[in-house]
Amino acid sequence: MPKNKILILFSHPLFEKSHANKALVENIPNSENITFHDLYEEYPDFDIDVKREQALLSEHDIIIWHHPMYWYSCPPLMKQWIDMVLEYNWAYGKKGKALQDKIIFQVITTGGDKENYCETGSHRYSILELLEPFNQTAKVCNMLYLPPFVVHGTHNMTQEDYSKNGIVYGYFLDYLENNIIDSEGILQYHYLNEWFATIQV
Amino acid sequence: METDFLLQAIIYLAAAVICVPIAKKLGLSSILGYLLAGIVIGPYVLGFIGQEGQDIMHFAEFGVVMMLFLIGLELEPRKFWKMRKFILGIGSAQLAGTTLILFLGFLFFMDWNWKTGLAISLALTLSSTAIVLQTLKEKGLLNTSLGRSSFAVLLFQDIAVIPILAFLPLLSTVNIDVTNDGPQSLIAGFPSWLQTVIVLGIISTIYFAGRYVLVPILHIIAKTRLQELFTASALLLVVGVSYSMQLVGLSPALGAFMAGVVLANSEFRHELEGDIAPFKGLLLGLFFLGVGASINFQLILNDPIFIFVFGAILTLVKFTVLFFISRFNKKKTDQNFLFAFGLSQAGEFGFVIMSFCMQLNIIPTILANQVMAVIAMSMVATPFLLLINEKLIYPFTRNRERATGPKKENDYIDEPTPVIIAGFGHFGSTVGRLLKANKVKLTILDYDSERIDLLRKMGFKVYYGDATRLELLKAAGCENAKLFIAAIDNPTVNLQVIETLKKHFPNLKILTRARNRNDAYELIDHQVKHIYRETLYSAVNMGVDALVALGHRKYSATRQGQQFIKYDEITTKKLAEKRHDKMAYMITMKEEVDLQEQLLKTDIYSQVAATNHSWDSEHLKNNLADNNE
Repeated sequence: MPKNKILILFSHPLFEKSHANKALVENIPNSENITFHDLYEEYPDFDIDVKREQALLSEHDIIIWHHPMYWYSCPPLMKQWIDMVLEYNWAYGKKGKALQDKIIFQVITTGGDKENYCETGSHRYSILELLEPFNQTAKVCNMLYLPPFVVHGTHNMTQEDYSKNGIVYGYFLDYLENNIIDSEGILQYHYLNEWFATIQV
Repeated sequence: METDFLLQAIIYLAAAVICVPIAKKLGLSSILGYLLAGIVIGPYVLGFIGQEGQDIMHFAEFGVVMMLFLIGLELEPRKFWKMRKFILGIGSAQLAGTTLILFLGFLFFMDWNWKTGLAISLALTLSSTAIVLQTLKEKGLLNTSLGRSSFAVLLFQDIAVIPILAFLPLLSTVNIDVTNDGPQSLIAGFPSWLQTVIVLGIISTIYFAGRYVLVPILHIIAKTRLQELFTASALLLVVGVSYSMQLVGLSPALGAFMAGVVLANSEFRHELEGDIAPFKGLLLGLFFLGVGASINFQLILNDPIFIFVFGAILTLVKFTVLFFISRFNKKKTDQNFLFAFGLSQAGEFGFVIMSFCMQLNIIPTILANQVMAVIAMSMVATPFLLLINEKLIYPFTRNRERATGPKKENDYIDEPTPVIIAGFGHFGSTVGRLLKANKVKLTILDYDSERIDLLRKMGFKVYYGDATRLELLKAAGCENAKLFIAAIDNPTVNLQVIETLKKHFPNLKILTRARNRNDAYELIDHQVKHIYRETLYSAVNMGVDALVALGHRKYSATRQGQQFIKYDEITTKKLAEKRHDKMAYMITMKEEVDLQEQLLKTDIYSQVAATNHSWDSEHLKNNLADNNE
């Protein structure tokens, strides 16, 4: 089968100090089909090259927003990216079909534990509920939005835990690159991690 | 007389110019090239030069002195002090070990009396500073732990020469008045306690004079901005120190080394290195030529077996002792071999001791000459031995060493910094401060000695020097640096620096300052990628503020500024090429105006591209209306 081309749009304003994300990024497979695009490295002055970003999006089948969770949302440059790149009549609107049927999802790290993300927990909402704006953005752009790949509890992790998550992430991307994605099946799960745990690699 | 000198110079230079490149081409070291050149022009092959080879060598030994001065410059006093035990340990082990084995060997197998044997052992124990250091430098090994071990042994030997020369007369049965062919020691007549006091006094004088007299004088000379005057004073410094050391009966090499150490902390370090290095190179070349020319083939042919067997045994003994010393110091196997092969020859001090012994009648003249031939042969053999080591032994030892893990580096010798800044005026210093605030280590080159003073007080590592000179760039560490920041005020000089860098360090990343658009064009012509026009960024910032003052929102104005810079960088590149198509001659005023006009025209188009559609609801509304029609 033809391979899936994956674009990882990575946003982290202080990447050098994030153990969790370092472990994840280090494990991204070195493949010609996977593009790692570090937004804070490319656009430190928030001056996004819209045409270049759109070209990158067009070249890939699976888009990943990879970012830490800040105040229940994404880092500011990623929001800037959404504002600037997803142009009317390109990404959405009558003539905007450039992203149609592409798969999109988020890879998220949170400092707090999973238990807190529920109605009775300190954050009152689940991750899926908090990510609704992104889901809706993807819908408007006619994309297929999948549940996120989440690494919880990064504040209380050992180096070993970081690496474990990183290795899983690597296998996961490798699987996405080389397999047809069963989106129906995936949508049964809250997190992509949970779905991937059921896959025999 | 004058034509004679010129003819001689032509012979030496031509021999070197022909032989050294051939040796290099064949993958041999340049030392071998010089030695062969010396043999070729010497009395036994072409006979261009006669017996004066020896005299040439005495003169050229000064190259060794300069070499030690340069090594001293690389070593800061603090680091030298840290090495003292190491030098003493490894140096004395080599000297005692080799002398003892040679001496016992002579005692049992030769029918020489013990005095002769002892004198010859002492002479042969000393290795050749010139050959070893030059080889290490060519192989880029000076700053490795191997280089430091070799250097420690050599330095100890250089110091040991003095007591050896003092000791030899005790072996002599003849009582002669003239004990040395060098300048007569002024203090020889004094009682020994007074001699010690004087020697200590001289050493501390060198230290304090270096600190409080030499550096201020160099400051004054630097202010004249006459390159040749600085070179002259650098030479004067080395020659003067050497001479005064000789006057008190110490080794000139030691004196030069100490002067180097004292000046290692000063800002003139790199410039001095750059000034002395070519002289050192030439003199050392001449020295090797002299060694080649002074090999007495007649003597070798008379008794070839003796000479060769003697030479081989000598090399073997020295090799073995060195190898075990190196092993004892827990070095890796390949390092042991390199260290032991490198120092396995007898050296230039051997000649000195032999001729001294002849005067003292310790050794019969024929034997002394034979020993000298052995010394010369062993010096010639070293490059070959190293070649054998490199091609045959190293491949085995290296594979074995791979498994033993990363090597430990000592920190004796100054580490090169990742960043070098040339020009530390308002521009360069701003860059430097930002980097320093982020704990980046810098080497700074500047040509204004007063400014350097101030900066050094503020804790910057600043060196005085002309950054267009290749030697200085090398000394500053361009070979190992990650980044070179060219921030010199004068655009012509800045461009010269970049040309030199591009030519000699093609892999070094360069960030350069450009005064204005025209400088930028020149730099683009030189394939410089990272150009920072000082007039661009602050002018755009001012333009942004002007827009704000006129009522524009700050963020929109800022974005306009960002876009303008990007767009301007692109047009500059385009226009630089265009300007080339048009003419190969100087740009005229009229054309300058044309260029400006082109710029303005394209600027108007750029405004459209710079608009932000995404947040503009007017734009959206219009678009929606279009669609509904």
